[in-house]
Amino acid sequence: MSVTQAPPGETQQQETVRGPRPSVGSALRSAELDLRTLGMVGLLIVIWIGFHFMSGGTFLTPRNLWNLSVQFAPVAIMSTGMVLVIVSRNIDLSVGSMLGAVGMAIAVLQAEILPDILGFGHPAIWLIAVGAALVLGGLIGLLQGLIVAYVGVPSFIVTLGGLLVWRGVTWWITAGRTVAPMDSTFQLLGGGSRGSLGEVGSWAVGVLACIGIVAILLYDRRQRIRYGFKLRPTWAMIAIAVVGSAAVLGAVWVMNSYYLPENVAMQVAEQQGIPWPEGGLRIPMGISYPVLIAIGVMLLMSFVANQRRFGRYIYSIGGNPEAAVLSGINTRWTIAKTFMTMGMLVGVAAAVTVARLNAATSGLGTLAELYVIAAAVIGGTSLAGGVGTIPGAVLGALVMQSLQSGMVLMNVDAPLQDIVVGIVLVIAVAVDVYYRKRAAQ
Amino acid sequence: MSDRTPLVDMRNIHVSYGGVHAVEDVSIDLYPGEVLALVGGNGAGKSTLIKTLSGAVVPDSGEIHINGERVEITNPRDAKQYGIETIYQTLALAENLDTPGNMFLGRELTTRFGNLDDSAMEDAARKVMKRLNPKFENFKIPVARLSGGQRQAIAIARAVHFNARILIMDEPTAALGPAETEQVANLIRSLKSEGIGIILISHDIHDVFDLADRISVMLQGRLVGTVNKDDVTMDEVLAMIIIGKMPGEVTQDELEELRG
Ligand SMILES: Nc1ncnc2c1ncn2[C@@H]1O[C@H](COP(=O)(O)OP(=O)(O)O)[C@@H](O)[C@H]1O
Ligand SMILES: [Mg+2]
Repeated sequence: MSVTQAPPGETQQQETVRGPRPSVGSALRSAELDLRTLGMVGLLIVIWIGFHFMSGGTFLTPRNLWNLSVQFAPVAIMSTGMVLVIVSRNIDLSVGSMLGAVGMAIAVLQAEILPDILGFGHPAIWLIAVGAALVLGGLIGLLQGLIVAYVGVPSFIVTLGGLLVWRGVTWWITAGRTVAPMDSTFQLLGGGSRGSLGEVGSWAVGVLACIGIVAILLYDRRQRIRYGFKLRPTWAMIAIAVVGSAAVLGAVWVMNSYYLPENVAMQVAEQQGIPWPEGGLRIPMGISYPVLIAIGVMLLMSFVANQRRFGRYIYSIGGNPEAAVLSGINTRWTIAKTFMTMGMLVGVAAAVTVARLNAATSGLGTLAELYVIAAAVIGGTSLAGGVGTIPGAVLGALVMQSLQSGMVLMNVDAPLQDIVVGIVLVIAVAVDVYYRKRAAQ
Repeated sequence: MSDRTPLVDMRNIHVSYGGVHAVEDVSIDLYPGEVLALVGGNGAGKSTLIKTLSGAVVPDSGEIHINGERVEITNPRDAKQYGIETIYQTLALAENLDTPGNMFLGRELTTRFGNLDDSAMEDAARKVMKRLNPKFENFKIPVARLSGGQRQAIAIARAVHFNARILIMDEPTAALGPAETEQVANLIRSLKSEGIGIILISHDIHDVFDLADRISVMLQGRLVGTVNKDDVTMDEVLAMIIIGKMPGEVTQDELEELRG
């Protein structure tokens, strides 16, 4: 964002003369890039470099980035749903407690109920647990959504109640007892040393993503030619393809630069009958399953938000609820479905979190609502409704997790971490309010 | 005209909000190719009355007949099925959506997989707007950033695009300059010649006399009466609007007073 900033004298002149905007800005506009998202990427880079120097060079290492990516996944997954909830002029304060309740329920299911029925380590256990997480989360979300939409209780109150209720349920399921360990296949969902794609799989995903970027650009171009609309400049298309592919392949490279811990590598070598070499065996981790799930969720939710009627209706309700009704949209059912979607995403996040911790505790998911809402808001979702993007929220989740990981690396005390996160959230909203006011003028 | 079946026949419509009788026992009708002007002071109940036809308000009692058949219109979807399109006084636009998004809201064009076909919607929006506002270009930005006239054009384009048989226009030129107002007047004439029935709510008595075939006047929720434009003078219509008296009932003194 520093590129568009001019010295004070020049700014004044520009305001009075109203000359053409700086060329960088207009170039980005003609490339149809979202300035706000680019600004977020810039902010992220600043945070990363800042922490790298302040932590004595430990932040930008494959090890830290890999761990950061795994920890970021549950918040990222839930933030994609929170965007839609906030866009529809609602809020969901219950997601942390819901994560606790759903997580505890599926932990008990797979650790204490299913082994008795199916036998310990049965291959279907993980699937049933994940299915149960989706269904339970969806039902809780739907229940809250129905109360908001059809009874007319404000979502702030319904989900504030939910925050207490589902936290209580989390405790009540096992009377506060911690449940562990999880099914061994289920554990893979949480990442860890075996829950990753490995080197070849990660490169394959990376290459597929690059092909996807190019394919989307070409499809968009074909549609524009078909209807005779203005085309994106060729330089912009090439730049987007090159920068996008470089970012994807760079991320894969970083993930592949983190290796299995020596003891796990030894086990793998033993299993596969490879003799243990002199200098040790370096087996790349690659993209972890939680990250893969988060990316999949982001793509799916972006598609729903932009390409499906459901998403369009959510945005229209946020923009003008009366207009949505007059257009014949069933706004109540749309709101109920939005909360249900949020609940299902909480179910996904619960599965990933429980798998990573390999346990469920009564405190599972505490304060997650704060991180999820913060991610959405930092990512450009307006609390006034109607405005917000899914990729923005995922970037917001990355910012939040980077702040937290960075502070941990710098040995900042936990209470001080909370203070910083709280302040960042307020600043993010203040900046948002400021820019929207200016844009409205 | 009475030998033909009316396109719309609204009989004894009542609407009250809490204790306020917004519409009391009002009956109006509309024929194909006709412009019916609905006039009256602020709060007379015009918007509420047409909302019962567009499905935005469900009347407490009364009947609506379309082409001679009794119909129940309980939501905007019902109304659209009967070919009723409405340009609301508030325009009813989602400020955060772009022009095609608003034009097709609730009736999106989709691909065969059910995905939104944004290109097709933009293409259709461009074609309709060419007829209404040829200079309009900003199809991809949120309508919040457009001028009042442009937004009004979008609301009109939305109604026109879906081939209404019955078009309701609630003060469609309120935010428009003289040139744009003339464009809308031309549009009304051309739609009328296609056989579309139009209910036009307007504050501008000159517009009303310019465009309408008949004039229905409301005062404090009640219908004062409906007159043929050719049978009355502007002063007589003003007398209906302000003191609620029909041309035969009004005295010369009262007319003088209105003029002075
Ligand atoms: N949604 C509403 N709630 C309560 N009262 C309303 C509502 N809409 C209109 N009214 C009342 O109904 C009466 C008629 O209003 P309206 O139909 O808007 O009149 P007009 O369009 O002729 O100006 C007014 O007294 C107005 O205050
Ligand atoms: Mg009105």
